[in-house]
Amino acid sequence: MNRFLAIALKELRQLRRDRLTLAMMAMLPVVQLLLFGYAINSDVRHVPTVVWDQDHSAASREIVQTLEATGFYDIEGRVFGYPEIERGMRSGRARVALVVPPGYEASLAAQRPSTLQLVVDGTDPQIVASALNTVSSLVALRSAAIADARLGSAPPIRLEPTIWYNPDQRTAVFIVPGLIGVILTMTMVMLTAMAIVRERERGTLEALIVSPVRSIELMLGKILPYVAIGYVQVTLILGVGRVVFDVPFVGSVGLLYLLTFLFIAANLALGLVFSTLARTQQQAMQMSFFFLLPNILLSGFAFPFEGMPEAAQWLAQALPLTHFLRIVRGVALKGSTLSDLMPELYWLGGILCVFVGLASLRFRKKLG
Amino acid sequence: MSAEVVIEAQHLARHFGDLVAVRDVSLSVRRGEIFGVLGPNGAGKSTTIRMLCGILDPTSGGARVVGFDVRQQPEEVKRRIGYVTQRFSLYEDLTVRENMEFFAGIYGVPRRERRARIEGRLERAGLMPRQKQLAANLSGGWQRRLALACSTIHEPPLLFLDEPTAGVDPVSRREFWDQIHRISSEGTTVLVTTHYMDEAERCHRLAFIFKGEVLDVGSPSEIVARRALRIAELHVPAESRRAAELLRERSEVDEVAPFGAVLRVATLGGGDPVALCREVLAGAGIALERAEEARPTVEDAFVSMVRSEGAS
Repeated sequence: MNRFLAIALKELRQLRRDRLTLAMMAMLPVVQLLLFGYAINSDVRHVPTVVWDQDHSAASREIVQTLEATGFYDIEGRVFGYPEIERGMRSGRARVALVVPPGYEASLAAQRPSTLQLVVDGTDPQIVASALNTVSSLVALRSAAIADARLGSAPPIRLEPTIWYNPDQRTAVFIVPGLIGVILTMTMVMLTAMAIVRERERGTLEALIVSPVRSIELMLGKILPYVAIGYVQVTLILGVGRVVFDVPFVGSVGLLYLLTFLFIAANLALGLVFSTLARTQQQAMQMSFFFLLPNILLSGFAFPFEGMPEAAQWLAQALPLTHFLRIVRGVALKGSTLSDLMPELYWLGGILCVFVGLASLRFRKKLG
Repeated sequence: MSAEVVIEAQHLARHFGDLVAVRDVSLSVRRGEIFGVLGPNGAGKSTTIRMLCGILDPTSGGARVVGFDVRQQPEEVKRRIGYVTQRFSLYEDLTVRENMEFFAGIYGVPRRERRARIEGRLERAGLMPRQKQLAANLSGGWQRRLALACSTIHEPPLLFLDEPTAGVDPVSRREFWDQIHRISSEGTTVLVTTHYMDEAERCHRLAFIFKGEVLDVGSPSEIVARRALRIAELHVPAESRRAAELLRERSEVDEVAPFGAVLRVATLGGGDPVALCREVLAGAGIALERAEEARPTVEDAFVSMVRSEGAS
C-alpha cells in the first residue's frame, strides 16, 4: 500500500513539473470542444442555389420565394439553360438548381399536374439528403394546399413528427457528450503508455524493476493520477459544454461519473499494454493514435453505428468508446438509469477484464 | 572478515539469441567484502549483475544471493539488495529530497523512520544544502552520490554498483570510493564493476571477466603475483620507437608501452627485465639513459591476461 502511494506521489510530482503536458491535458478538451461545437455542424444551411425560370409567372416567383424563405437555399441568381447550370456546379457557384418548366402557371390553373425539376450536386451525400428532404416537404405542402383549395376538404392522412431529447436537432448536443469519450480515449491511452515507456527510455525502469515493488503496485501507482486527470477532463467538458453550447444534462451526474470509471480504467489498461510493446515514447504515441482512429470512425461518434456493415459493427462492439458513447449520451441527454444501461455495462466490464488480463500478462518485472 | 558467503554464482550463462553475453561465470563473494568485477566493455559485467539481482533470468546455471535463489525467489533477493545502474537511473525531474523520499517509499522504509533516515543520508552524502535542487541540475559526481544514497536507503546487506563512476572526474571518483569504503566498513557487502584500474586496486578481491568468462579471481596482489610479470621502466632519449620494436621481438617481452618519455616493458618468465633490456638495447647501439625495475600493477596483469586470451 505504501509503495503504491509512493509511486502515485512521485508521478504527481513529475506531472506538476511537466507544465506542457499539464497544459495540453487542460487545453485539449477545451480546444476540441470549441472546434467540434462551432466548426463541425451537420445542420446544412445556406446552400448556393440557382434558378432557371422558364415560366416567368407569379406562380413560379412564389415557389422560388418559398424556397428561399426556408433558409436552406441561398438564391445566387438566375440562369438560362443546362450548360449554365453545369458551369455553376463545376465552379461551385451552385450546388442546387431549380428548373421551372414553361407553362407552369398555366398547368396549375388548368388543374393539370406540373413537374418541377431539382438538380443537385451529389458529391456530398449529406447535402443531397437535406436538399431533397426540404424541397419534397415544401412541394408536398404546396400541393396539399392547392388540392385543399380545390376540394374544400382536409387531406385524409397527416403525419406529425415529434422529436424527443434533442428537439432542435442541434449538433452540439449530440457531439459534446461524445467528445468526453473521444478525449478520454486519446489522453488516457497515450499518457499511461508514455509514462511507462519514458521510464524505460530514461533507464529508471530498471531501478523500479530491481526494487521490491510488485507489478500491481507499479501499475496502480502509475495510473491512479491519470484517473484523476480523466475526471478533471470530464468535468471540464461537461461544464464548458453547458455554459458555451447550452448542452443539457438530464440524467444523474453521479451515475455518469461512476460508469466513467470503467471506461477510464479500460483505456488505462490498454495504455499499459501499449507500454509493454513500445520501445520509445514516439512509438507509444503512434500506437495511441493508431488506436484512436477506428474509435472515432466506428464508435458512432461521427457516423451512425446503425449505418455500418455488420462486420464493422462487431469490431465496434470491441471498442470501449462505442459503449461509453451510449452511456454518456443516454445519461446526459435521455436521463437513462443504471438498469437501462446494463448491456453497455457488461460490455465495458468484459473489455476491461480482457485489457487488464493482457496488461498483467505482458507487464512482467523482468528484463530481456 | 567472516567467511559467510553472500553471493554464490555457479556457471551463470546468458544468451540473447545468438549472442552470448555471459558464457560461464562462477563467483563467491564473502560478507563485508568490496568485490570488484573487472573487464573490458562488453565482457558481460552488467549482464552478470542483472542476473544476480534477479531481474534477468540466466539461460543456464544459477546463483544464490543473500541466501535466496535468484531464479526462484527474485523478490526476496530484491528486498535485500541495493543496485546502482550504469546509467543515472534517478528521476531528473524530481528534487534530491523527492528522489530519496520515493526510494524510501518503494523500499518500504517505515514511515516513522523515514524522515530521520533520509536526513541522515543527505547529511552523510553532503547533499543537505542541495536537497531542493532538481536531480537534473546536479553535476555527474553529485548525481552518483545521490544514486548511492538512494540505493542504500533501506540499509541493504548487499550493494551492487555497475560502473558507478563512469564519466566522473577523478576527485569525485576518490570521494565516491571513500563512501564505498565507509559503507563496506559498516558491514555491507559491495559488488562493483569497473574498468578503471586504480579503482580495481581498492577492492578487497577482484574477478577478471573477459568474453563472458572469469579469467582469474583473487586479491589484487594475488592476481598480479600469479601473472608473474616483471616490469622495467626505461628512459631512452633517442630512437625510442626502434627500441620498442626490438624489445617486442623478444619472446620474454609481453608488452612494451610508451608513457611519455618512459618505455614500460613487461616481461613474463621471471628473468630480470632490466638486464634483458640493457642487453637488447646495447646490442642495437641504442643509448639507455636510465633503467629501473617497477612494481607490476593490476592494469599490467589485466592487459597481459586479455592479450594472451585474445591471442589464443
